Amino acid sequence: MSDNEKVSKTRRNLIVATSAVGGAAGLGAVVPFAASMWPSERARAAGAPVEVDLSRIAPGELGVVEWRGKPVWILRRTKEMLESLKSVEARLSDPDSKASDQPKYAENEYRSKNPEVLVLVGVCTHLGCSPQEKPAEAKAEMGADWPGGFYCPCHGSKFDLAGRVFKGSPAPLNLVVPPYTVVSDSKIVVGEDEKTKGA
Amino acid sequence: MKTILAILLALPLCAFASEEGYRLDRSPHDPRDLVSLQSGARTYMNYCLGCHGMQFMRYDSLKDIGLTEAQIKDNLMFTAEKVGEPLKIAFNPKEAKVWFGVAPPDLSVVARSRGADWLYTYLRTFYRDPKTVTGWNNAVFPNVAMPHVLWTLQGQRGLELESRKEGGHTTVEYKWSEITKGTQTAAEYDATVRDLVNFLVYAGEPNGINRRPIGIFVLFALAIVFVFAYLLKKEYWKDVK
Amino acid sequence: MVTRVLRRGWEWFDSRMPTVGAEWRKHAAEYYAPKNFNFWYYFGSLALLVLVIQIVSGIFLTMNYKPDANLAFGSVEYIMRDVPGGWIIRYIHSTGASAFFIVVYLHMFRALLYGSHKEPRELVWVFGVLIYLTLMGEAFFGYLLPWGQMSYWGAQVIVNLFGTIPLIGPDLSLWIRGDYVVSDATLNRFFALHVIAFPLVLLGLVVTHLLALHDVGSNNPDGVDIKKVKGPDGHYLDGIPFHPYYTVKDLVGAVVFLAIFCFVLFFLPEMGGYFLEANNFIPADPLKTPQHIAPVWYFTPYYSILRAVPPLFHSQFPGVMAMGVATLILFFLPWLDRSPVKSVRYRGTLYKSWLAAFVIVFFILGYLGTEPTTVWGQFGFDAFFLDTKDVATWVARLCSIIYFLFFFLMPWYTARDKVLPVPERVVYHH
Repeated sequence: MSDNEKVSKTRRNLIVATSAVGGAAGLGAVVPFAASMWPSERARAAGAPVEVDLSRIAPGELGVVEWRGKPVWILRRTKEMLESLKSVEARLSDPDSKASDQPKYAENEYRSKNPEVLVLVGVCTHLGCSPQEKPAEAKAEMGADWPGGFYCPCHGSKFDLAGRVFKGSPAPLNLVVPPYTVVSDSKIVVGEDEKTKGA
Repeated sequence: MKTILAILLALPLCAFASEEGYRLDRSPHDPRDLVSLQSGARTYMNYCLGCHGMQFMRYDSLKDIGLTEAQIKDNLMFTAEKVGEPLKIAFNPKEAKVWFGVAPPDLSVVARSRGADWLYTYLRTFYRDPKTVTGWNNAVFPNVAMPHVLWTLQGQRGLELESRKEGGHTTVEYKWSEITKGTQTAAEYDATVRDLVNFLVYAGEPNGINRRPIGIFVLFALAIVFVFAYLLKKEYWKDVK
Repeated sequence: MVTRVLRRGWEWFDSRMPTVGAEWRKHAAEYYAPKNFNFWYYFGSLALLVLVIQIVSGIFLTMNYKPDANLAFGSVEYIMRDVPGGWIIRYIHSTGASAFFIVVYLHMFRALLYGSHKEPRELVWVFGVLIYLTLMGEAFFGYLLPWGQMSYWGAQVIVNLFGTIPLIGPDLSLWIRGDYVVSDATLNRFFALHVIAFPLVLLGLVVTHLLALHDVGSNNPDGVDIKKVKGPDGHYLDGIPFHPYYTVKDLVGAVVFLAIFCFVLFFLPEMGGYFLEANNFIPADPLKTPQHIAPVWYFTPYYSILRAVPPLFHSQFPGVMAMGVATLILFFLPWLDRSPVKSVRYRGTLYKSWLAAFVIVFFILGYLGTEPTTVWGQFGFDAFFLDTKDVATWVARLCSIIYFLFFFLMPWYTARDKVLPVPERVVYHH
């Protein structure tokens, strides 16, 4: 190799090496700037998990709390409500909740950890309106075969007592089940479970 | 290195030493002592939070000084429901203004405006003064509206000021006297105040703990970049005759 | 393979927009700069680096800062505590502000050393002074934003200075403030000026400054005109292309600068109260004036001059005028300097002495401006002319006189000075 070529090779190596360490340092410098755009402590405090006192909700009743700016429903299902779940499966788009978003412990026929307590994010999976509770007794407006559930007034999507979407609804997916922890018979914490702890 | 820098930087500030006022003691707090910080936090919640909020500090920031969320909730969280909330005072600041003449200031960044030495000295130089509304006065902050909240720990002290003229200069001598004993000895009280000041310094800049280690890492990285950049420069400048 | 793709990509681009390649060659790859640049020549590229640092950190601060009198102070603490990495960004910006002035002052000093303000580079100098003045404005507006005691009262004092101008003063102050005192209205407009208006002006001026420089070519520590001697290849014998030689050298300069910068940022961000003032950690209180108001250190030389001038007919306007002249006199430097020689290396004792005196008084004035006028005590004696007995004020007066004489006497002492013969070629040791 001629002297000239040796020099060029040295230069090229040095350029590569300097660019590499310089680039790494540069990336390091970017970190605080990029990090600053993640939710701040204030946002995270506001979005912190919410404790729910179940003794305040009678069986068959719906409690609502706000978590991360969204309504979260806690429905204390009665025996009749639970029994009706199987009978509607033929009318549902996704009875086994294969496509919808729920934690592992809600991947069952009740879509909840304890059958008695249903936790759902009360936001329609169509375009984001908040559906209304329509108990089984509302057959006058919902139809004779209405088993009970939720109805979204914006575009008419219907969900059953496990938050599963009825066929013919504009909404594509079952209602989302948020992470939650069952602390005791009378207390659950919405927004936090083993997986998401500290998120 | 730090001492040299401190001396160089203190040179212009020496001017303040020549101004009148109580000579400040050096605060002996150690920002890395977690036990001291926790003790200071406890003193703050028990004695100070009643009047002085720290609106920019959240309860869960105390995890930085080695406390768990449970410990914070059980022992320290007096004025909030959730651990993410800030340290607000129990009462309305407007009412405080009526009671004390001035609203007790928020102490989130007091360590950055007053400085640790000032705070350390201030909290240890209260004395009984029948002429004030509260019955207390302070050598560092004359006629302060704040009473000596920690008096049960330090005890009550009196102060006599003696002015002397020596060759054109007036020197003031501070003569302290003990009126009643507190539950702590002088050394114990100094330690309590040291820990409280430590906590105030931490609260003034919670990320101060992270600053130095990250700084060392950054300087190290830059040293490596320097080596390569310098070699690169030297290589190219071989051409220049 | 990758290099071939990149080359083809570049050729596609270059054939459609040859300007980019042409400008790169004109201003970097084929801009021939003198080969004898020394330490003093780092500060131009460093100033550009700090400008970029301030803009980037400024943008990210603006994402969380609230320009509202009730929210501003809290939003800065929010950035320091709640925003991930926010404290780093804040310290970058506060350290960067002071770093900017250190670099710019050293950059300006280089000109005084080597005569970079002299023919044919008068416009480079003039645009430079415009940048300096704009930078002072930018820093002044920016300093109000944290809404601390110093922010508030510093702004109050400086805006009141405009109020001393005869006839139009009070109305001018009212117009600047947008209110009867510094208030939320002032904060909001200073925010707009600091974040958008002045940065755009700065960028425009910096581009113009560099274009003016490149049109005439760079000076050098010997003040020798390198264009006079060309080599066999047609390029200046004493010149080297800016890229790669000075890009690679300035990279080293940048890394050293960043190391010092980061040392301050991570270990001494307050710099003893000079970079981040203690009083500014107290929220602004319009009802409580601090005992001692001082501008940030980079303004203090001029503040000293302002304070040194006694009031005339109960007006502080003469002081304001003196401060104004002290700043604006800089514009005239190219025409005040009558020396036939550019670089201090070949100038005589007169210029060297006056320059040294200027530097010393600049530092003294700067220091005095950070302190109250009582800092050096009082004279023990009495005399009819002593309107004040503060020693510091009289020292400031003496220093101010020397400061002005440096400029006003310059046409005389630079013409008279015994200069040394200037070499034909630059002095360069490999």
